[in-house]
This record gives sequence, structure tokens and C-alpha cells, in this order.
Amino acid sequence: MNILRKSDLKRIVACAILFAAVQGLLFAEIIGPFWELNIVLICINIILAVSLNLINGYTGQFSIGHAGFLAVGAYTGAIMTVKLGFPFEVALVVGTVAAGFLGFLIGLPTLRLNGDYLAIATLGLGEIIRICILNIDYVGGASGLMGIPRFTTFAWVFWIMIFVIFFIKNFKNSSYGRCCLAIRENEIAADTMGIDTTKYKVMAFTLGAAFAGTAGVLFSHYFYIAHPASFTFMRSFDILTMVVLGGLGSMTGSITGAVLLTFISAYLAEYPEWRMIIYSATMIVLMLHRPQGLFGNKELSMKMFGLGGGKDGRTAESK
Amino acid sequence: MKKWKKFTSACLVAALSATLLAGCGGEKKEQAAANSNSYVIGASFELTGNVANYGKSTLSGLKLAVDQVNKAGGVNGKQLVVVESDNKSEPAESGNSVTKLITQDKVVAVVGPATSGCVFAATPVVTSNKVPLIAPCATAPAITVDNGQVKEFIFRACFIDPFQGRVMAEFADKTLGVKNVAILHDASSDYSKGLAEVFEKTLNEKGGKVVAKEAFLAKDIDFKAALTKIKAANPEAIYIPGYYEEVAKIVKQTRELGLNVPLIGCDGWDSPKLVEIAGPEALNNTYFSSAFSVQDKTESVQKFIADYKAMYQKDPDIFCMQGYNAGLVLADALKRAGDGADGTKLAAAIAATKDLPVASGKLTYDKDHNPIIAAIIIEMKDGVQSFKEKIAL
Repeated sequence: MNILRKSDLKRIVACAILFAAVQGLLFAEIIGPFWELNIVLICINIILAVSLNLINGYTGQFSIGHAGFLAVGAYTGAIMTVKLGFPFEVALVVGTVAAGFLGFLIGLPTLRLNGDYLAIATLGLGEIIRICILNIDYVGGASGLMGIPRFTTFAWVFWIMIFVIFFIKNFKNSSYGRCCLAIRENEIAADTMGIDTTKYKVMAFTLGAAFAGTAGVLFSHYFYIAHPASFTFMRSFDILTMVVLGGLGSMTGSITGAVLLTFISAYLAEYPEWRMIIYSATMIVLMLHRPQGLFGNKELSMKMFGLGGGKDGRTAESK
Repeated sequence: MKKWKKFTSACLVAALSATLLAGCGGEKKEQAAANSNSYVIGASFELTGNVANYGKSTLSGLKLAVDQVNKAGGVNGKQLVVVESDNKSEPAESGNSVTKLITQDKVVAVVGPATSGCVFAATPVVTSNKVPLIAPCATAPAITVDNGQVKEFIFRACFIDPFQGRVMAEFADKTLGVKNVAILHDASSDYSKGLAEVFEKTLNEKGGKVVAKEAFLAKDIDFKAALTKIKAANPEAIYIPGYYEEVAKIVKQTRELGLNVPLIGCDGWDSPKLVEIAGPEALNNTYFSSAFSVQDKTESVQKFIADYKAMYQKDPDIFCMQGYNAGLVLADALKRAGDGADGTKLAAAIAATKDLPVASGKLTYDKDHNPIIAAIIIEMKDGVQSFKEKIAL
């Protein structure tokens, strides 16, 4: 059993080069703090988009409560470092596990639903989490949890992002992932073929939720604050938009969507009155012309441009 | 159909690229101006999102102040330039927007954001970059003071929540002469909880008593249950610290229950929507504390209102005035700090502000970076705000 295949090794080397290049630019201060912040934000958004893609794109379960899991990760992580004084590494693990565990608990009953019903249930869940946080004084209630140290660095966020991307890529190519794909294509058929659909749906949901939790820990430890207003359903929709824009079921699509939308949003901060118009116009044009998203469910690869190379998605290069 | 689609999208794409290009052009111009002879002021506000109203109003006031300062010859012979940045009413985004203002636009100081949560998120950024920040209307006490320690670079241009609570307790005791007061507060808002707490404390000190204390949540529609309980306690007045959306419904339902006691509140009431929802009848015999009223006949207030109307063709609200005050405070501090002063010196100059004439009177900073300004009480009469009295503690 080869855990690291040759193509994977190549990719990791490519990622390391990309990392060294960006880190070098950061050191030389060619990339200023503002763009550094946005690069970190892009990495966090990529983790979120890719993990949501696992649920929505690969398994075909329409979840729109991702901001809730993000919030759970952000708050649990912050509690670990600020209130209990644990190191950042522990916070990362605990935040991930907490969000994953919640995803598991919630996934069991709700994943019996499908289509619109699941969407509504997850939307409700996201709001429940936010309202709960809003009313817990221990974590600051409506004014948010403050005084979180900035532990997240570009190196942390970049390598965690790479880990998540590779994890989900390998998951998709494993027998578990194939089961998820089968469920997406036709749940009844998959059931008939002997796939335990509930098990795989819950598995994908739990994994997706756990990675959203990781992103949450990174998020709150970069922006110094965990505030309920950051985790409204609008954030869930933002993540969903990234996934749909890139193409449901395409990992490189999710990554491109995350990069693109974060950039647009950062770039347009100065023109608030135009931002929403441009943003929505982009969406409308895209949905008119490519209702399946930028890449559909295909992966971006060298092959796409007729250059040969890898069988499936190269990831970090699209950044 | 195909053609039409293509045409539309081509137009949209063209428009998109045009705005982007225009944006780039504008940025360069502004930066060029910054280098020669101007001070760049960052304005990070809630320009979109659910509290966009506050951000936009505050920004309009700030712009008026900057405009007046520039017309009067600027500061130290330099003009002031405002660079706007939107924080989407979201704290994490506010850190992002302030980072951009400081590192990309090289601003000398930041004015904004409007809400406390966003100011909290911006605090570490401005502190580590040593750039002063004036929050025009963020009222949470912890913004400028953390564990008894004053934050060197953070200032505000409005009075803090406890102050309003004290003013209202004073008013209830002295002017209304009531002793038994009920409180109905918004449990989902720190602003409301803070006000209720201070009000209760001050009222107790004055020999009054809180006979009932009930809570509601933002976006609630029906308040009859809480109000019935309050009615049973037989209060002489009801204190309702909250925002106009819920307050308007509460006022209406209170009157429907036949409770005709005075209702008193805070500056969150201040909105034309209050009258629209509650109706002028129900609002009779209600009072709220505020920093600003168009009815206030003080000369400086009337001048500000006239100037604002001349520039925007509409009446200013309290946020406009606080943005305006913040602009004046900053211009004054820039002048006193002298040309070429760094952020630390500028912060010291802001802290030393004394008896500066602003729209609502004279402004002096206390040691906690809170301004000392008078509060006013507004009475609603047949749906019209009327100036009741000015209270300085």
C-alpha cells in the first residue's frame, strides 16, 4: 500500500515551492500586511469551501449551515487558548473535534432528510448555534469573545489548507469517497447496491463539519475576535457561493471560487455601493452561461489545457 | 435569446472592468495627493450589511466636518482627504478594512467603525500600528478601557452607556418624580443590558425601586406577556432601553394594555420609524435620552443642522453629529500635534482635547478617553420630538 504516490509527492513539492515563494515575498515585505491578511483569509476560505464541497459536491447533500460549524471551531478554539491557557495546537485539535462531533450528532437525525428539507434543517442549525453563542455570557455574548492572541500565521494556515485538500482528495478517491459519489448520483440505486447510505452521508458531513471547525480556530486566532456577527447565515451563503461558483463536485472549482470571491470582496471594499452590484452581476452572468459552475464537476488540470500531466486536479497552483 | 444573453453579459463584463479600472485610477490619484500636501484620514464604516444605516450617517457627518475644515484652509496648511472602507457590518471584516487603511492608504488616523463589536476587532490592528482611532458612536465602556488600563490609541466621540442610564435615572427621579419603575430590556444586546444595570443602580441610590424587571429578544414581535407582568407590579414609569424596532412595538402594546405611565428610554429610540410603527398617540408621555435633537436651540447645534442640510438636503440624525464631532476632534488634534507628528504624538494630542467647540457643545476628554458632553432629554409630543431638558452630570 503506497500512502504517498509519486504524483502526490510531486504536488507536495510544488506546494512547498509555492509556500516558499509566498513566504519569501512576505519576508521581503513585497506583500504588505493587507494582502497578507487576505492571503490568510483566502486559505481559510479554501478550507471552508473544500470541506463544504465534500458534503454538497461529492455526497450531494445540500447543507447550508457551514457558518455554524465555523463558529463552533472559532469559539472552542478561543476558549482553549484564552480561557484555559492551552497552546494553539491543542486548540486546533479540540476545535476540529468539537465541530466534527457536533456535525456527527446533528448529521444522524437530519441526514435522513434530503433536498430542500436538509437545507432548511442545516440553515436552522447554523442559526441555533449562533443564537446559543449570543446568549452564553461565558464567551462574551453579543459583544463577542475578545483578546484572542494572533497565533495563526501564514505557515500554519497554508499547511493546514494543503493537508485538508489532500485529505479530501484522497478521501474522494478511496472506497468511502466512491460510496459518497454513488449516493450523490442516485441514493436509491446506491442503497440497492448495498451501500449503507446513512453511514457515508454522516461520515462526509462529520468530516466537512470538522474541517470547518479547523477553519474556525484559524479564523478566530487571526482576527483577534470571535463575534456572533461573523457567523450569520450570510457567511454560510458566502461559502456556498464559492462552491457553486467553482462548480459543485469540483475541488479545484471550490478553490478557484474561494480565491476569486475573496479577492473580489477585498478589492471592492473601497466601493461599497458597487460591491454588491458587481458581485451579483458576476453571479447572474455566470449562472446564465455556466449553470454548472466554472468547472462543472471536472477538475482543473494541465490536461484541461492540452498540456498532458496529472490525471486529476492540481490544486495550489490555481492560487 | 442567445444574442440577448451574450449582449447583456458583454455589457455587464464591460461595466465590471470599467469600475475596476476607474477604481485603480482613483486610488493612484488619492495617494499622489497624500504625498504632496494633505492628511489622509481613514474612514472604516458599516457601509453595507445590517447596520449600514449607522455607518452611512456617521460617515456623512465626518465628511461634512472635513469639508468645513478644508474650506477654512485645512490643517497646518494641508487639506484633509477621507479614504472610505467598508467593513460589511462584520467584526472580522473590520480588522481587514482597518489593516487596509493603515498599510495601503497610510492614513494618519482612523475614524470609525460605528458599532462596538467592529471597534473591538479593529483595536489590535491600530494599536500594533500605533495609529489613533476615534470611534464616533461606539458606546461599550470596554472599548477605551481594558481591565482598568486605558488603551492609548482608542478614543470615542460619544458618551458611554452607563452615562445614559444615570442621566435617565436622574430624570426619572427629579423631573418625573417617580419612585417605582419597571425595566424591560433587550437580553440579546449588551447595550441594553448595560443601560438597565446602571439605571437600576442609580435609581436605588436615589431612593427609588425597580418593581419589575423583564427581558425580551431583538426581533421579538409580541411583548404582551412581559408587559402584563409589569402591569401587575404597578409601576409609575417603565424604562425600556432598546432599539426603535422593538421599542416601537412595545410602546404600542403598552398603550393597548391600558398602561398610560411615562415610558422612558435611550438613544436607540431615535428614529423616524419609531413614530411610523408606534403611532403618534401611543408615543405621548414618552421620553428618551440622547446626545442630539434638532429641537435643541443651542447655536452650535442649529448651525450644524443648517450646514448639514445645505450639504445633504436632509435633517441630520445623532450619528451624523457624532461623526461630525469626531472629525472636528481629529482636525483639532492634528493642528495641535503639529506637522509630521507620529501616531503616538497624535494620540496624546487627542487625549489632551479640552473645551473644543463641537456641534453639541464643548468637548473635553477624561482620563478614560471618554468625552464629557451634556446629554439631553427628548419628549415625544404627538409624534414630534421636542426638546425637554439638558442634563450634565
